[in-house]
Amino acid sequence: MSQALVIVAHGSHLNPGSSAPTYEHADTIRAAGAFDEVRTGFWKEEPSLREVLRTCEADEVYVVPMFISEGYFTEQVIPRELRLDEWDVADWDSDGLSADVATYTAEDTGQTVHYCGPVGTHESMTDVLVRRAESVTGDPDVGEGFGFAVVGHGTERNENSAKAIEYHADRVRDTDRFDEVQALYMDEEPEVDDVTDYFESKDVVVVPLFISDGFHTQEDIPEDMGLTDDYRTGYDVPAAVDGHRIWYAGAVGTESLMADVVLERAADAGADVGAAIESVRETTRVAPEADD
Amino acid sequence: MLARQFDALLEAAESDGGVDFDGLHVARGDDGGYTFATPEHEATDLSESELHAHADGSPHVTNWYFWEREVRRHGSPRRAFLRHAEAADDHAVHERYDALADGMVTEWGQLRIEATVVDDGDGGEVAGDDAPLDGSRRYDVRHVADADHQVEELETYDDPLEARELSKHDDDGMYRPLKTGANMPTGWVFTDLDWRDAVETVELLYPATVANWYREREGTLDIDHWTDTTDRQTGIYGVVSELPREAVEWVAEAACDDSQCVKRREWEYDAGDELAADGGTGAFPCREPCSLVIAAARRWTKLEEEEPREYTFHLTPSEKEQIEGIVDAVADGRVDEIREADVYEDANRYRTRYLRAKLFDDDGNLGGVATEPETHGHDDHDHDDHDGDADHDHDGDGDHDDHDDHDGDADHDHDGDGDHDDHDDHDGDGDHDDHDHDHDSDNE
Repeated sequence: MSQALVIVAHGSHLNPGSSAPTYEHADTIRAAGAFDEVRTGFWKEEPSLREVLRTCEADEVYVVPMFISEGYFTEQVIPRELRLDEWDVADWDSDGLSADVATYTAEDTGQTVHYCGPVGTHESMTDVLVRRAESVTGDPDVGEGFGFAVVGHGTERNENSAKAIEYHADRVRDTDRFDEVQALYMDEEPEVDDVTDYFESKDVVVVPLFISDGFHTQEDIPEDMGLTDDYRTGYDVPAAVDGHRIWYAGAVGTESLMADVVLERAADAGADVGAAIESVRETTRVAPEADD
Repeated sequence: MLARQFDALLEAAESDGGVDFDGLHVARGDDGGYTFATPEHEATDLSESELHAHADGSPHVTNWYFWEREVRRHGSPRRAFLRHAEAADDHAVHERYDALADGMVTEWGQLRIEATVVDDGDGGEVAGDDAPLDGSRRYDVRHVADADHQVEELETYDDPLEARELSKHDDDGMYRPLKTGANMPTGWVFTDLDWRDAVETVELLYPATVANWYREREGTLDIDHWTDTTDRQTGIYGVVSELPREAVEWVAEAACDDSQCVKRREWEYDAGDELAADGGTGAFPCREPCSLVIAAARRWTKLEEEEPREYTFHLTPSEKEQIEGIVDAVADGRVDEIREADVYEDANRYRTRYLRAKLFDDDGNLGGVATEPETHGHDDHDHDDHDGDADHDHDGDGDHDDHDDHDGDADHDHDGDGDHDDHDDHDGDGDHDDHDHDHDSDNE
């Protein structure tokens, strides 16, 4: 029985970089060889979510959404577009963070589709956040003397978005690796604009819990934090802000280790991934540069 | 013919019914002798070594091996596509091998796919495991416009995954959001691909086209007509179903023309309610309005809600025709082709600047006529954001048009994926907060 992995993501009509992390993680997993096929599908690009299943020959398909939180896309758009006719969000039995998998037959292809929860709420995403801190500082032991901020969009309407941020901030805090850990938001309190108010530590790593770098992570957040007056002129890493050094990491989704989270989601859903998780963890390990 | 190809043939000959494929018949009779038959030749009661002598050098045998032991998978899109690439159902093996020796060409959208065959002598036993087998096909994929170029003149690739990056931008460096847009860049070639990589390359350049072409061929293509597609939209796209039928004609004419997309539109307004607009001539079908069309239609839905008004302008006949010429030039993408000094072209930059200097007032109003009669000023056009300051409402309606949902209709977070996609409400709060709005497409 052949098995395919399909990673589904948003994509963009305007930003050519939006799909890049999804492609990169798919390639990493493809190279690990655990699946007969690894495909990507997009809401805004092609193959569309509507057609991605028919690009796979496998009978068993594991679908992993490259989204941060449970919500409109994971609960409505993706199941509808994939034609999971029996879909009922209750099948996930989730509290907003705990969706893992629900299995259906795709109406148009007849494939067995194991529809997984989004990458953003998987526990291994915490490791990616921490790895991002290692990548941006070039220090595999970064932690002592550092503050760590997880940044989310935040909104009054979608509480799940904030739940994911809190969840990972709590988990990073529980590691006792960083001196301080804080969840910050773009559109609600505590706001990322005031990042330095929330830390005693001189050095603060800021990691946005976003899938791909785009408007928010490349323009809004750097400007809001005062890293730069104009994103077009760029900013330093680290950048000095109010007596702190801000190590701004950009979207966590671009971190190579994200491929591991995708695999973990599929493995949790029953995919036979063999040794791929170890292999991906190994191949995505960044050889940190010497201290700068 | 390689030893393992003959071994496979022997094994198949022993099986039920033996081999019966593309004119080749090989079987073992009850008396233990083998039969070897092709349209050109038949021999019976053969010993194994005699069978080997007949099989050796026969294109029928390597052809059988390629299709039945390498490609396999009867009834699959990939097999049908590869058969299509050498017109396998229309030509006998000898004819095909002769044609494949020179290369058989299939056009697929703007792709030119050339199939060749590795014949005896090219892929010998000594060449190692990685060498192509006798009879295996090799494929060259490039832009149709590059048909006459030598491989050395083109950027060469051998990894299908690179197709994603190279097709991301057109020849002018602009992002191609529609993979089947009629603006595939030129100057590259995937060369010497095996069948698997050839299919993969086509899949990545034109996703799902093989699957949908196959379904159409089998009579199982599922079409989602305009109303099917718009009726299932939710969130900020829910409004698209309100676009008048007449305007859907214009959508099809604007977006689904051969000049814009290489797919052939098979969707209509509704089952039994065909659009007058021509569907185009593409090799592969378009089975529903794509996301680009839906996103554009959302904008058009909003624009079509406006009531026409009467404005009075005074234009010379040539000025009227110039405005028509400008619209044509922009719509046909010819603006960049118009030479700077060619003032006979309506959309020439100096001609257009002259027209603006003469006819626009300081607020940008054509003929000095305000768009909104009760207010003065130019408040209803999109051009006022072209200065890159990026934070103005495009049309003054307090609705930051495409970039976000401000309708207050059902709207949802796209989960903080950070993509900043073009047209969704990012936070689902339906209002226009600090972080969603102040950008235009220049920033994307």
